[in-house]
Amino acid sequence: MAMAASEVERLIRAAIPDAEVTIRDLAGDGDHYAARVVSKSFAGLSRIQQHQAVYAALGGRVGGELHALQLETAVRLTETSHG
Amino acid sequence: MADPKEKIAEIVDSNDIVLFMKGTALFPQCGFSSRAIAILDRLGAKYETVDVLQDPEIRTGIKAYSDWPTIPQLYVKGEFVGGSDIMMEMFESGELQELLKAPSPTDRA
Repeated sequence: MAMAASEVERLIRAAIPDAEVTIRDLAGDGDHYAARVVSKSFAGLSRIQQHQAVYAALGGRVGGELHALQLETAVRLTETSHG
Repeated sequence: MADPKEKIAEIVDSNDIVLFMKGTALFPQCGFSSRAIAILDRLGAKYETVDVLQDPEIRTGIKAYSDWPTIPQLYVKGEFVGGSDIMMEMFESGELQELLKAPSPTDRA
C-alpha cells in the first residue's frame, strides 16, 4: 500500500508541530520515501529517540503501509531559520 | 517454544556485533540490509547476521524488542545502535568505526 507524500508530512507535523519536513519520493511509487525532519524538540534526544519520535508520529505505518522511509533527523538550533 | 524475546536477548548478548537483516550477508534481500552490510564490510567489522526472513518470530519480535519498526537493525555489545540510516550517519561521522573498535565489557574485565 502506498501513501501520499503530503500525508506523511501532515502526520509528522501533527505530532511535531515545529518540524521542518522535506520529503523525496525515491522510487516514484508512493511507497519509498526519504524524509528529513528538523525540530527543536529533538534537542537532548539520541538519534534513536529522534527517529522513534518520527516513527511514533506515523503511528505504526512505517514497516507496514509505508515500506520504506529513509530517515534523517536533526535538531534545529535557532528559533528562526531565516537570519 | 522459547519466548522470542529470550531468543533475541540471547543472540544480542552472545555476539559483539550482530545485524538483524533480510537475507544473508552474501545475498541481502532488501536495499537497506544491503547498505548495512556494505557499511560493516567497509569498516572491516567481524559481525554475525540473523536472517529475519527465516524466522517469523524474530522478524516480529525484534521490532518490539528494539521499539523499532524496520529491518535491518544493528546491535553492538548488547546495545541497539539503529537502522541503516543511523548506521550511514555514524559511518560518515566516524562514530561507527569508534564504536566497533571499542573493547567489549568482557574484554576489559
